[in-house]
This record gives sequence, C-alpha cells and structure tokens, in this order.
Amino acid sequence: MQSKGLWKIIGASSLGTLIEWYDFYIFGSLATVISLKFFPANNPSAAFLATLATFAAGFIVRPFGALFFGRLGDLIGRKYTFSITLLLMGSATFLMGCIPSYESIGFWAPVLVLVLRLLQGLALGGEYGGAATYVAEHAPANKRGYWTSWIQTTATIGLFISLLVIMLTRLALSQEDFNNWGWRVPFWISILLVAVSYFIRKKMGESPLFESLKAEGSVSKNPLKESFGNKDNFKFVLLALFGATMGQGVIWYTGQFYAMNFIEKICFVDKMQSDVLIAIALLMGTPFFIVFGALSDKIGRKKIMLLGMLLATLSYRPIYEKMYQTISVKNKIEVLAKQIKSTSLNKTLETKTIDSVQTINSFYTDGTEKTEIITIHLNTKGEKLINSKKESKISIKINNYDKWILIVLVFIQVLFVAMVYGPIAAFLVELFPTKIRYTSMSLPYHIGNGVFGGLLPAVAVYMSSKANDANTFAAAQGEILPYDKPYLEGLWYPIILSAICFIIGLVYINSKTKN
Amino acid sequence: MNKLKRLLGFIWILLALLSAYFSVVYFGLPKITNPKGSDDLVFGVIIIFILMPIIVGGLFKFGLYAIQGLYDDKNKN
Repeated sequence: MQSKGLWKIIGASSLGTLIEWYDFYIFGSLATVISLKFFPANNPSAAFLATLATFAAGFIVRPFGALFFGRLGDLIGRKYTFSITLLLMGSATFLMGCIPSYESIGFWAPVLVLVLRLLQGLALGGEYGGAATYVAEHAPANKRGYWTSWIQTTATIGLFISLLVIMLTRLALSQEDFNNWGWRVPFWISILLVAVSYFIRKKMGESPLFESLKAEGSVSKNPLKESFGNKDNFKFVLLALFGATMGQGVIWYTGQFYAMNFIEKICFVDKMQSDVLIAIALLMGTPFFIVFGALSDKIGRKKIMLLGMLLATLSYRPIYEKMYQTISVKNKIEVLAKQIKSTSLNKTLETKTIDSVQTINSFYTDGTEKTEIITIHLNTKGEKLINSKKESKISIKINNYDKWILIVLVFIQVLFVAMVYGPIAAFLVELFPTKIRYTSMSLPYHIGNGVFGGLLPAVAVYMSSKANDANTFAAAQGEILPYDKPYLEGLWYPIILSAICFIIGLVYINSKTKN
Repeated sequence: MNKLKRLLGFIWILLALLSAYFSVVYFGLPKITNPKGSDDLVFGVIIIFILMPIIVGGLFKFGLYAIQGLYDDKNKN
C-alpha cells in the first residue's frame, strides 16, 4: 500500500482511538469533582477511593470488552467492530455528563455513573485491538512498528487532550461554576468528536488481510475457542501477558497516572500546576513512541521493550524520592515574617454544625507557597464535637525551577512508557495469526493494561496510605516507625510486576517467537 | 536455554501459589470479613475475585506450559 493511503488509514484509525482514550481519561482526571458529586461521604479520601474503585471497575470490564468485540472483529470484520465501539464509547461519555447529582436523584446517580463507566470499559476493550490490527494489516511487514506506533501515541495524546480540555474549562469558568456544572463540559464535547470520527471511519474499507480470509472462506468459526481453547495459541496469549503487557501496563500507569496522583495526593502540589507539568511532560515524550516504534523495525521489539522495563524497575524509587524531596517544604526555608493566618466560622446547614476554618499561608525563600486549611467541626454552641477529627488540606505552589525538575522527572518516566508501549502493537499483532488476531491480542493487552495497570493508582495510593497509618500508629505508641519512606511504598507494585515481566520476556521471548 | 525455561517453570508455579496464599490470607479475606471501611471491602473483593484468579491461574498455567516444554526453542536442546 502507498504511503498516502496508509496515512489516511492511520489518521482515521488514530483519531477514533484517540477520542476513545480522551473519553476514558476525563473520568479519571475529574475523579475528585466526580467523587463529591456522586459519591457522598464525609471523608473526601473515602470519596476519592470510591471513585478510583469505579475507575477500576471501568478497567476490569475491559478484558470482557476485548473478548466480546474481539470475537466480533474476527467474525464480521475489523472496520464494523471498531465503529460500534466508537459509538458506544461516545454515547456513554455524553450521558455521563448529563447525570443529575446525588443531591437531585439520590442513589440512582452513583448507580448510573457505574453503569456508564462499565459501558466505557467494554467499548475501550474492543477498540484498541481493532485499530492496532487494522493498521498493522495495512502496513508493510518491515515498517509495522513504525506505522502502528502512531496508534500507540493516541493513549498519551488522549490523556493530554483530556487534561487540556479540563484546564481550559477551569480557566474559562469560576471555581464555583466549574464545580457546579462546568465539569460536565468535557463529557459533552465528546459527542461532537465521536460524530466526526464515526463518519470518517464509515468511509474506510475493510482490512485487506481480513478481506482475503473472507474470500478464501478461512474466517474463524469460533475465535474464542481457537484463541483460548487451543494450547498452541493460548501459550502465546500467556506469554504476551506475563512477558510483555503486564510490565507495559504498570509502566504506562506509573509514568502517566501514578506520577499525577503522587504529585497531587502525596506531595500536595496545586491541582492546576500539577496538570500543567504533567501535560508538558506528556507532550515532550509523545514523539518517542514513534521513535521507538520505528527503531523496533530495525533492532527488534524485544530489546527495546525489555530495556524500558529494566530501566523503570531500577529507577522508579530514585525518581520518586527526588520528586518528593523537590516538593517537600521541609527542605525549604520559610519566611516567617510573611506568614498569614486567618480564621473564619462556616455554618453547615445539613449537619447543623459550625466549622472553624483556619487558613495559614506560608512563603518560602525559593518562591514556594503553601496554603494549609484546618477545619474543626463545632456544635451550635461553638464547642468541639466529640469524635470529630481536625481536617487539614494542604496545597503547595512550587517555583518555576522545581516545576521543570518535576517535568524532567515525569518526562523520563514517559520515555520508559514509550520504550515499552511504542513497539507493543506490532509485537502483539505479529504473535497471532490473522483469523484470530483481534481476539487473541486484545485479551492480554487489556488484562495487562486494564487489570494490572488500571488498578495501579488505587493499589499504590492504598499501599502508601497504609504505610502512613502504620507510621502514625507507631508514633502514637512511641515505637520505632516501621516505614522509613512511606510515600514510596506504593511503588513496590509496579517495580515487582515489571521485574517479573522483564525476566519472563528475557527468557521466553526470542526474535522468532511467533504463532 | 530450554533447560532454564523449564526450570523457571517451577518458580512461576511457586510464585502463583505464594500469590494465592498472600492474596487470600493477608490481603483479601481480612478486608472482606473485617473491613475498616468501604475502600477496604472494595479492595478485598478486587484482590480475591479479579487479581487473584488472573495472577494465580495464569501464572500457574504459564509455569506448567514451561515445564512441559511448550516454550522450548525447537532448534536447541
């Protein structure tokens, strides 16, 4: 196929996949607002975890989407299947932006969010395998890594655009308007993007390899049975999962999502500042997906993917330690004369309590600013409520120099992502025969990314908070703290999984590994 | 290399069994039977019903296939 024709195919496939990723990530990027709107809880951390759990629900159904749509794609064709997934995703995203809040419809609100999130997961499970297969089946074999790497950029660009749209919406509206209704705008925008992409896809032809299978009458009768019921194929599904996509999934989510969670939830960097620096790092790192995809055509997929896993395994702890120490105000000198303290009383009508809110603004010699808001719940007489804990919210605005240090540290992580993710579509496509390719490659991809990777932010935040709790308990008892650096504890999850994946990939995958 | 592939098969099976033990005894069951909050319960359910079957079942089968020589390079010993 001519390059010009291929560019059209890449463009049309990538645009749809990019929109699906955008749809999927706006939910994660708006997790904090969504948790307040749909998951009522007095404790914001519990509400945040509830959202992450829903996030995980979206990821856990991805493998089921991979099975359902993968089978369909191997039976009726790639083009029709990944057009259906696009429509399903767009509709679910748009409707999510229309759900009334918990205050208006009560219990139905979180239930509807969950149902639509599950539909998003199903759609995404079917989309990626279709797009990767479709592009790979059009591309010449010696440039498959290069051409499919364009599809690989869509996940990162989708995340980048989701952050950008949210940032622009925040900037265009007041904080109050954004929290009231503005957060719905990024969801509504999706329907326009999906409509455009659907009509472009509709005009495209079917994959030439699938067309010839159809003409020969060799289309699989039962793709699920042939993919997973046949030992000779299933062994490659397992190898793809444990030797490639498991490590790739956790590296993807560490570099792009956990980095964001870490900067915001553990280091307390201001939300807007954190979004900007992550967006810059993603933008800088995205071209490297193409670089490593193209390089994999020359030196092989295995070498690049395994090097990415090894580097990530060895450097995560030093990178996150550096991030933490760069932000920590313990390493900075406060200008005490500039400190501003103010106290106010806020009435809460629903709980008939009064909150004493103390705001402390601290300034540091290097330009860092810290705002701490301490809330104490009082009864109507102004006495502290029994069992009521002091709540503290911290927000740190870092200086420009520290911001660039963080950008570089996140960028390094995005480079690891590009190394493992750039060549993986070509790797998976080449592992399986055409007639069951869509089904066979979709499942390990979505288990690796959806289950192992998708659960990473939730599991890692949970592990860090448990380590913190253990330290707090030990300190209260006057015992030695069990964790030296509790903020790094969450990293054990990606480190161990990528190390295992590296060993399996190194030993079991060779350049001739092909089904 | 084929010998190493087969030998490591035992490690993957062992790892699968260890994962099963830790997932159930240390992570999953305590969170389901005695949850300290909704987040604990959610993670307990995710660990026992999602992560564990995939890790344990998949890794066990992968180890088994490795021991059976299904991943052997046919041109080498």
